Amino acid sequence: MDNLDNLKKTPNYDMHVKYGGKIVDFGGWALSVQFSGILEEHKTVREKVGLFDVSHMGEVTVVGEQALPFLQKLVSRDLSTMVDGQIYYTHMLYPNGGTVDDLMVTRYGPNDYYLVINASNTAKDVEWMQKVAKEFPKVKVTDISADTAELALQGPKAEPTLQKLTRVDLSKLKYYHAVRGVEVAGIPNCIISRTGYTGEDGFEIFTDPRNANKLWEAIMDAGREFGIKPIGLGARDTLRFEASMPLYGQELDENTSPLEAGLGRFVDVDKPTPFIGQEALKKQVAEGLPKKLVGFEMIDRGIPRHNYRVAKNGKEIGYVTTGSYSPTLDKNIGNAFVPPSEAKVGNEIEIIVRDKPLKARIIKTPFYKRKK
Amino acid sequence: MAYPKEFKYTKTHEYIKVDGKEGVVGLTNYAQHELGDIVFVELPPVGKEFKQNDVFAVVESVKAVSDCYAPAGGKVIKVNEKLVEDPSLVNKDPHGEGWIMVIELTNPKDLDNLMDVAAYEKFESEAGSHH
Repeated sequence: MDNLDNLKKTPNYDMHVKYGGKIVDFGGWALSVQFSGILEEHKTVREKVGLFDVSHMGEVTVVGEQALPFLQKLVSRDLSTMVDGQIYYTHMLYPNGGTVDDLMVTRYGPNDYYLVINASNTAKDVEWMQKVAKEFPKVKVTDISADTAELALQGPKAEPTLQKLTRVDLSKLKYYHAVRGVEVAGIPNCIISRTGYTGEDGFEIFTDPRNANKLWEAIMDAGREFGIKPIGLGARDTLRFEASMPLYGQELDENTSPLEAGLGRFVDVDKPTPFIGQEALKKQVAEGLPKKLVGFEMIDRGIPRHNYRVAKNGKEIGYVTTGSYSPTLDKNIGNAFVPPSEAKVGNEIEIIVRDKPLKARIIKTPFYKRKK
Repeated sequence: MAYPKEFKYTKTHEYIKVDGKEGVVGLTNYAQHELGDIVFVELPPVGKEFKQNDVFAVVESVKAVSDCYAPAGGKVIKVNEKLVEDPSLVNKDPHGEGWIMVIELTNPKDLDNLMDVAAYEKFESEAGSHH
């Protein structure tokens, strides 16, 4: 049983209690794994709208004359093509090409950037960034996580829900774009980004922690006519997994490059300005990837899970990164790392479940893509 | 949900409903509630023999894999095939339609180690839950 006393609480902790969340220890944070049930919450986001407390995520501002050169060294994507208000998904790498973290970078201006990083990596990332920043005296890197609350509103009815609370014309806010300094539910100076971790349309809203509960209640109220529900971490994981979005610690880690995780479309290996890990990635391109991420579905009855072994004709060839029952597809699916020679759609593999090899087949990803 | 008076209960939240030399075995309401949505049940093969506290089945929720422990020693004479197509029966009706197996008791003295309904209700309320 989780001891909740020593856990960090988000600014919305009282909402978890009020809405009957099953509160657990999530990497040192007190957060709800579910409210009404994972399957029901998952369905609600796919069909209606759901509200997530994601205030445990980390936020970092990067400002100054050398903001762009610093970021170009730090991440593996070419940020010089960004326009104001645009968001890029990218990665910070170690010199060996492994991943420090995956993150979202918003550009508000040529010298003004806002980063969102994983909760589990916040301290590590900030330390890493400060180290890299030593080379760039004209950039200021500030961890504002403790002063930032974040809610995610996701689902086909997210736009009509949020539109009731803001004068920002959301029909004009493009996917992977953000606006800041806007009023939401009477709360000034919020950020609205059209981003999310579910594969549905949706928004992430950032505000001062003192306003977090007011924002939560306003959104729950506005979404009531659309069938809004609070959504926990359990459904957050099944939703992102179906949409083939990576989770650091599973599809990405310090021994895995974004190329191995199938995220090459977000990487500019030949970026003209050098970035940390570039040489290692160039080597991977030249020599071939040591492992490759595939998606698979079970043929035999059983559920694949994180770290289960993958075999081919009885010989171990890899491991499962994420595996689960998929509520939308109503079947058991998973992601796994295998040698590139085995990474072909249609290839039959075995997943070792409780010491028994169960048949599975590599399939195309993403598992789920929302209709436009 | 009230706990049936005629059942006997384990500390690991399984029940057995004894009828002569046979017993129907399943998970209690507390267990299904703690597990959350159940999406898979691995049933034992008919004919398999278990001792008290052996793992007789595996129940998987969305997030977790859970072992089920035999309330008493016995031989499996029937399993609930409905759970293959609809594992959610364990959530919806744990004490009825969600039964997992029927065993022929090999050692009725095992039942002396189990809790009656009053003892289990007390045990279950002390186990608690974060709500």
